[in-house]
Amino acid sequence: MNRPVRKVAIACLVLFTALLVNANWLQVGEAGDLKTQPTNGRQITERLERERGAIVAGDVEIARSVPSNDQYKFQRQYPSGKLYSDITGYYTLFTAAGLERSQDVFLSGDDDRLLASRVTGLFTNKQRRGGSVVTTIVPAVQQAAAQALGNRKGAVVALDPSTGAILAMVTSPSYDPSPLASHTEKTATDAYGVLSGDPAQPLLNRATQRTYPPGSTFKLITAAAALSQGHQPDDRVPAPDELQLPLSTVRLPNFGGERCGDGETDTLSHALTISCNTAFAQLGIDLGAETLRKQAEAFGLNATFPDFPLQQARSVFPAKLDGAQTAQSAIGQYNVRVTPLQMAEVVAAIANGGTEMKPYLVSELRGPDKKTISRTDPKELGKPVSSDVAAELTTMMESVVTSGTGRKARIDGVSVAGKTGTAEHGPGEAPHAWFVGFAPSDAPKVAIAVIVEDGGGELGTGGAIAAPVAKQVMQAALDTP
Amino acid sequence: MTRPPIPLPPLRRPRSADLTATFAGLPLPQGTDLPPYRRRELVLLVFAGVLATSALAALTFADIGELSLGIFSIGLGFFCLWALAHLAVRRFAPAADPVLLPVVVALNGLGLVMIYRLDLAKSQAAKQAGTHIPPSAAQVQLVWTLLAVFVFVLVLALVRDHRKLARYAYTAGLVGIVGLLLPIVPRIGTTINGARLWLRVGPFSFQPSEVSKIIILVFFAGYLVNKRDVLSVASRSVLGLKLPRARDLGPVLVAWLASLGILIVQKDLGSSLLFFGMFMVVLYVATERASWILVGFVLFMLGAVLAHSMFSHVQVRVDGWLHAFDGNNPSDTSYQLVQGLYGFAAGGLTGTGLGEGHPQKVPFANTDFIMASLGEELGLTGVMAILTLYALIVLRGLRAALGAKDPFGKLLATGLSFTLALQVFVQVGGVMRLIPLTGLTLPFVSYGGSSIVANAAIIALLLRVSDSARRAPEPASDAPLFDPGAVADSPTQVVKTT
Repeated sequence: MNRPVRKVAIACLVLFTALLVNANWLQVGEAGDLKTQPTNGRQITERLERERGAIVAGDVEIARSVPSNDQYKFQRQYPSGKLYSDITGYYTLFTAAGLERSQDVFLSGDDDRLLASRVTGLFTNKQRRGGSVVTTIVPAVQQAAAQALGNRKGAVVALDPSTGAILAMVTSPSYDPSPLASHTEKTATDAYGVLSGDPAQPLLNRATQRTYPPGSTFKLITAAAALSQGHQPDDRVPAPDELQLPLSTVRLPNFGGERCGDGETDTLSHALTISCNTAFAQLGIDLGAETLRKQAEAFGLNATFPDFPLQQARSVFPAKLDGAQTAQSAIGQYNVRVTPLQMAEVVAAIANGGTEMKPYLVSELRGPDKKTISRTDPKELGKPVSSDVAAELTTMMESVVTSGTGRKARIDGVSVAGKTGTAEHGPGEAPHAWFVGFAPSDAPKVAIAVIVEDGGGELGTGGAIAAPVAKQVMQAALDTP
Repeated sequence: MTRPPIPLPPLRRPRSADLTATFAGLPLPQGTDLPPYRRRELVLLVFAGVLATSALAALTFADIGELSLGIFSIGLGFFCLWALAHLAVRRFAPAADPVLLPVVVALNGLGLVMIYRLDLAKSQAAKQAGTHIPPSAAQVQLVWTLLAVFVFVLVLALVRDHRKLARYAYTAGLVGIVGLLLPIVPRIGTTINGARLWLRVGPFSFQPSEVSKIIILVFFAGYLVNKRDVLSVASRSVLGLKLPRARDLGPVLVAWLASLGILIVQKDLGSSLLFFGMFMVVLYVATERASWILVGFVLFMLGAVLAHSMFSHVQVRVDGWLHAFDGNNPSDTSYQLVQGLYGFAAGGLTGTGLGEGHPQKVPFANTDFIMASLGEELGLTGVMAILTLYALIVLRGLRAALGAKDPFGKLLATGLSFTLALQVFVQVGGVMRLIPLTGLTLPFVSYGGSSIVANAAIIALLLRVSDSARRAPEPASDAPLFDPGAVADSPTQVVKTT
C-alpha cells in the first residue's frame, strides 16, 4: 500500500506547488496591474497615511495636505475652491485627476528623486513625505481670467510665448474639488455623482480636453501658409462677395454679407483685419489642402503636446479634403477642431518670432524640505513659420486690433496683436466666440486664447464677446512683474 | 486499560526521555530509551510560541506605538495552552512525530493574531462611526482553541490504538451522516450567508460537516480495509476497467452518495468537493488501482458540468471566477474575490507589516478570506511560509501513513493528510483565483470553532498513527488487524495474499 501513498504525496506536492506559483504570480507578477485597477481604492488609502506634497502656484498653495484626526492621517485641501481645480484636478479615496494624477508619484513621495529624503527619513523614523509641485500658473493672471470669463462656458489659456510656461488656465463651469477629497465615502461619491451627471460637464478641462471649430482664428494658419509660400501682406487676392465653392452648389458668403475690399479683390492684410471669408476660402483652394495641412501640423495640429501633465484632446486638421471642404477648412469650419491650448500655442509661436515653445505647467519639483529637486527648462517644439513671416503676421494682427474686428482687445499704451473668430457649430445655435492674440506685440510677454462657448448665450462675434476677456487677462499678465 | 509495555528503540539523550517516560507512565527498560522526539517537539513549540508572540508584539506596536508586558503574558498563556497538548503527547503518544504539533501551533498563533488584528480594525471603525463596538472574535476563537486542545488531548487519550476505530466503521458511517443532517433540524440549525450548515449555541456556531468528515473517513477506511482483498480480487471487467462487484462496494457507495447528496442540497460546494476527493484517494490507496483515479476524474468532470448547469449558485461562483474584472466595477458576484486579490497585491513581496495594511476592506476577512489578510500584511514571504507549514503537516502525515504497519492506519493517515491538503488547496486556490471560490475555512487559521476543533482531532489521529509507526515492530501475536467477524460474514472467501 505504500506505492499509492507515495503517489498521493506527489499529488499533494503538486497542489502546493500550484499554490506557491500562483502566490508568486499574484503578489509579484500581477500585483502592479491589480494595484492600478480603477476599482482598487487601496493605493490611495495607503497614501492618505502620508503627508502628500503641495501643489503651488506662485506663493499660493493651491492643493495641500493637513493633518486630520479621522481614520486617515492627512486630509487633502483645495483652499481656493474652484479657481485652480482644472489644474490640480482632485484626489479622492478612489481615484485622482489632473496634476494630482499625473504628478502622483512625486506628490506621494514614491519618486526615486526623493530617495535621499526617504533614506534620512528611515533613520529619523519619520513617515515618508511627498514632494511639492510648483506650477507655472501666476495667481493674479488666473484670477483675472476666471473673473473675466465669469459664469459663461468657455476657456482661457494664457502663456509666456518665449518659454511656453502656462500663466493661466481657466475653464468654466468648474468645480470645487474639496468635497471629492472627503474622507467620508458617501460625501465623495455623492459629489462625484452630481458633477459627472451635470450636462455642463464641469469636470471637463475645456482648455485641453475639448476641441472646438477654430472659425476665423484659423485664418492665421492659412495666412501663415500663404506668406510662407511667397505671398506678401499687400498682395491682392480675390475676395468676392460670395464664393461659389468648387464642385458644389453651395455659395459661401462673407460674415453678415459684408463686402471685403472692392468686392472683387482685397489685400491679404486687410482681408485678415476684417476677417474676410471669401478671400481666405479662395486662398485655401489656391494653396491646396496639402499645404494647409502641413502648415497646421507644423503648429501642432493632428498631435498632442508631448509630456504635458494634463489630459489632452487631439486638435485635428482633417485628411482628404475636396475643394469645397478645403475652402471651408481654410476659414476654420468643416471638420477642423482645435483645443484652446492649441490656439494659444499658434499665436505664441507667431509672437516668439516663429519658434514654438513646448507648453509646460510644472516649473519645479521640490523635496519635502522645500529644496529644488528639478526645474523645467523651456524647450523648442519647432519652427512653424520663419521669423519674417512671423513679423508680417504680427503686423497684420496688430491691425486687427487697431482697426479691425478685435478693437475691443485694445490696451492703452500697449500694442496688442490678435485675431477674432466666430465659429459656427450647428444650425440654430449661437456661434462660439474666439479671440487669440498676444501683447505687447513688439516684445511679447503673454499670448492668449479665449473661447466663450455659444458666445456666452448672446449672439455676438468673437470681437464683441471674447476680445474683452482677453484684454483683461493680458492686462493682468502685463501688470505682473 | 492494560497494555503490554511496548519495547522502544534505543537512543542517546536520556534526560528528555526520562521526562517523557515519566509523563508516559512507562517503565524505563534498562539501556533502552525513546529518541528525543518530545524534546525536539518542545523546542519547536517554543519557536512557535515566540513566533506568535512576536506577531502580536509587532501588531501592538503598529497599533499603539508601544509594547507592554501584557503581550508577553498573553504569549506565555498561549504557549502554556498548547504545552498541555505537548504533555498529552508525552503521555499518550511518546514516539509520535515531533514536527506536527509545533507547526499547528504556529499556524494557530498567526491565525489568532490576524483575527485579533481584524477585531482592532472593526472596533476602530465602530468608534469612528459612533456605533457600539462589536464583540471580539479573537476571544471567541481563543475559547475554541482551548476546546480544540481539550479535544486533541481527549482523542489521544481515548484512541490508544487507532486500529480499534475500524471496529466502529459502520457506526461511524451512520453517525457521520446524521451529523451532516443535523443543521437541517429546526431550532438547532442556523443559516449563515445563505447556507444552512451550522448549529448554534449562544454565541458559538458549529459546522458539523467538519467533524463528520473525519468520522466518515473512519468509515471509508475501516470498510475498505475489511473488504480490501475482496475488492482487489473479485472484480469484473467493464469497459477495460476492473470494477468490484456492487455488493462489495455497496455500503461505502451509499454512504458516499448520501453525504455528497446532503452537502449538495445544503449548497456546501467546498465540503462536497472535499468528501469526493477524500473518497477517491482512500479508494485508490486501498485498491492500489490507478484506474480509480481516472474514474474519479471523469465523475468529477461530469459532476462539475452537471452542478454548473443545475445550480445557480455554482454558476455565480464560476462566473465570478472567470469574469472577475469584467466591466469597470467588479460585479457583485466577484466583489469579495477582487477585494481579496487587491489585498494580496497590496502586500507584494514583504507585506505591509501587521497592523499597517487594510485587510478589513475584504469581506469575511477573518474567515474565508483570511489568507488575503495574511497576504496583505505578511506579503508573499508570509504566504509562502504558511503554505510551506501546511505542506509540512501533509507530508509528515503521509510519512506516518508510510510507516504505519496496519492498512487501516495507512488509509486513515493518508485520507486525513490528503483531505487537509485538498482543503488548503481549494481554500487558498479559491481566494487566489486559481480555481472558483468555494466556502471552506483555512485549517487552524480561520475564525471558526468547528474548523479548529475538527482539525485538532485530525492532528491527534495523525500523531496516534505516527506513534504506532515509530515504535518497534510488535509481536506477531498482537491483535488481529480488523474485526474477524467482518471477515467471517464476508460473502466471498478469498485466499489472503501476504
